[in-house]
Amino acid sequence: MTIEVHTLDDGAWISVNNERRISVSQLWRLATHDFCPCEEADVLVEAFREVGVSYPDIEARIVGECIGCGTDGVTGWVVVGRAIDGEFYSVVPESVHFPG
Amino acid sequence: MPSKVEGWKDEVYGTEVRERLFEFAEEGWEAIPEDEHDAWFERFKWWGLYHQRNGQESYFMMRIGTPNGVLEPGQLRTVAEIADEFARGPADNPEFGGAYCDWTTRQSIQLHWIRIEDVPAIFEKLEANGMSTIQACGDSWRNIVGCPVAGKDEHEHIDAWPIAEELHEEFKGNDAYSNMPRKWKVSVTGCDQGCGQGDINDLAFEPARKEIDGEEITGFNVRVGGGLSRKEPRFARDIDVFCTTEEASDISAGMSALFRDHGNRDNRFNARIKFLVDEWGPEKIRDTLQEQYIDYELRSAGEDLRENYTYNAGHDEVHGDHVGVHEQPDGNYYVGLNVLVGRMGAADALELADLAQQYGSGEVRLTQRQNVILTDVPEGNLDDLLAEPLLEDYSPDPHPFMRGSIACTGTEFCSLSIVETKNRQVRYARWLKDNVELPADTTDFHVHLSGCTASCAQPQIADISLRGMKSRKNDGVVEAFDIGLGGGLGENPHFADWIEMRVPADEVPGYIGNLLDVFEAEREDDESFRDFIAARDEEELGDLADPEETDYEDPYMHNTKQTWYPYAEDDDMEGRPTPARADGTPISADD
Repeated sequence: MTIEVHTLDDGAWISVNNERRISVSQLWRLATHDFCPCEEADVLVEAFREVGVSYPDIEARIVGECIGCGTDGVTGWVVVGRAIDGEFYSVVPESVHFPG
Repeated sequence: MPSKVEGWKDEVYGTEVRERLFEFAEEGWEAIPEDEHDAWFERFKWWGLYHQRNGQESYFMMRIGTPNGVLEPGQLRTVAEIADEFARGPADNPEFGGAYCDWTTRQSIQLHWIRIEDVPAIFEKLEANGMSTIQACGDSWRNIVGCPVAGKDEHEHIDAWPIAEELHEEFKGNDAYSNMPRKWKVSVTGCDQGCGQGDINDLAFEPARKEIDGEEITGFNVRVGGGLSRKEPRFARDIDVFCTTEEASDISAGMSALFRDHGNRDNRFNARIKFLVDEWGPEKIRDTLQEQYIDYELRSAGEDLRENYTYNAGHDEVHGDHVGVHEQPDGNYYVGLNVLVGRMGAADALELADLAQQYGSGEVRLTQRQNVILTDVPEGNLDDLLAEPLLEDYSPDPHPFMRGSIACTGTEFCSLSIVETKNRQVRYARWLKDNVELPADTTDFHVHLSGCTASCAQPQIADISLRGMKSRKNDGVVEAFDIGLGGGLGENPHFADWIEMRVPADEVPGYIGNLLDVFEAEREDDESFRDFIAARDEEELGDLADPEETDYEDPYMHNTKQTWYPYAEDDDMEGRPTPARADGTPISADD
């Protein structure tokens, strides 16, 4: 099944199959990353720079800032949700994620 | 590879979107194919309609572009009537009620809670009164800004209003420039005080003079590539071009065509012309303009007037933000009124329209500081106008903290914003007014609050810049701000330096109070706040003051973005009354 994903409104959203699913303003915890010096980055999402599908994962590169240390930039690819049989399943931003 | 948006625009964009928009309006919200929502909402922007954020599906923000902020006699009444009839949503705002108009930092008007079914009636009423939403959003020529009292000002080098009008007529609805890589913001300024804010626009015409064939000609110098968005603010760069008032249209056509043809259509993140100017440099921009787009020899820049700029220059503002009573060259007066955070209830806007008609010519103008100006008031009418009760709420002589407060739309409606903005800034301004002393000689003090890095409230050019953030406090996530200091325009514009980061929102007023106590105690003689900040390095600035909880109470500390509407009694996203049909009844997923 085809999954349609893209960013909307200057990166404010990730749209999955024409439905706004993932928004800026959430905090995402990242482990084993090179975003900042923190062991576990606590990244405020200010925009989604890119989005893609590695079935069934929906991945994005996040523009944001670690509120722990203040480093800002763009993350590696982070799994932001999954689409299985056409259904979208969100992941919990505040759980720990491992950017690829 | 061109971005997804470019693909949507290739299929349908510009004027032709209107036909489908009206078909959807006729058939109702549910007629928009669900698998085409994103594409159509992107295209609707060109006609000034911006789908509101998640939780508010089927409701739109509508932006009306008023060139140079000029509302001709009768037009304010039209806008207020439209707001009153059509801009009402499922819940009221506790500060502003159920219908209101937002005056924006680009001299435009924004209405919220607009339903697609009402768009044809709104367009008909706007157009019957000489207004339009055309190209108010989207990848196109946006509203042209300038000195809001162009043609009515004693400090004028050139009356730029006819030029702004000419550009508006030529480039709105012009197919050759209807599909740009990104937004295109133009400022035309004839005032010698610098109040067109050209430095933060994509294309800026700034007053200049040049001797040509032994004769001194008044015209414009041209700057390109300013803008505040993301964390990449730029002042417009001087491309060493002077043009006469008659040539402004040619230069506009050439520069916008250059951007149309050479701007980045692969990556919207880097698409604004400021990044092309970074990449090419001003010289290559000028050379390309000359070689590919202008068929006469460009003149080198003339003598500018920047050393005289007083607008937001940190000192000696002559007409400042245009608030107050000021004489026009024709002997009449204009009266600038402060609109806190730029939002005015529909009933107040109707009353203001009446006052404009009763005491002035009926014309009203909007400023880049979200305020309004009544023009053409005869001296004999001033006392009665100033005694009107409405002016107690919209003062011509406001307290500096009320006067200097600007806020963007925020999480109330905006998809990008990180935090709540307008209602919070209202509370900040009131608390600061009641609790914090400014030095007696400080009448202008800018606090600009922007919900995110898009910077619609222009935070980087304020004395105190607030940019939406998040922080952790008491084991919870709270709305917060990065705080910058010492920004402003003038001859030598300066972006605020970011000094205190991730300050919880309820500690910001305490920080400002502590900072201003230090300013009062340590400033030298009549040193301005901007000079006081400029005289200190980053470490010293960081040591000036600390954030602090006070008796200021902030009801919006939670994650307002995760509500369907932050002020609703039941704000839970799951219980949202959207999407809704034209009569407001929610459409359930089972329908």
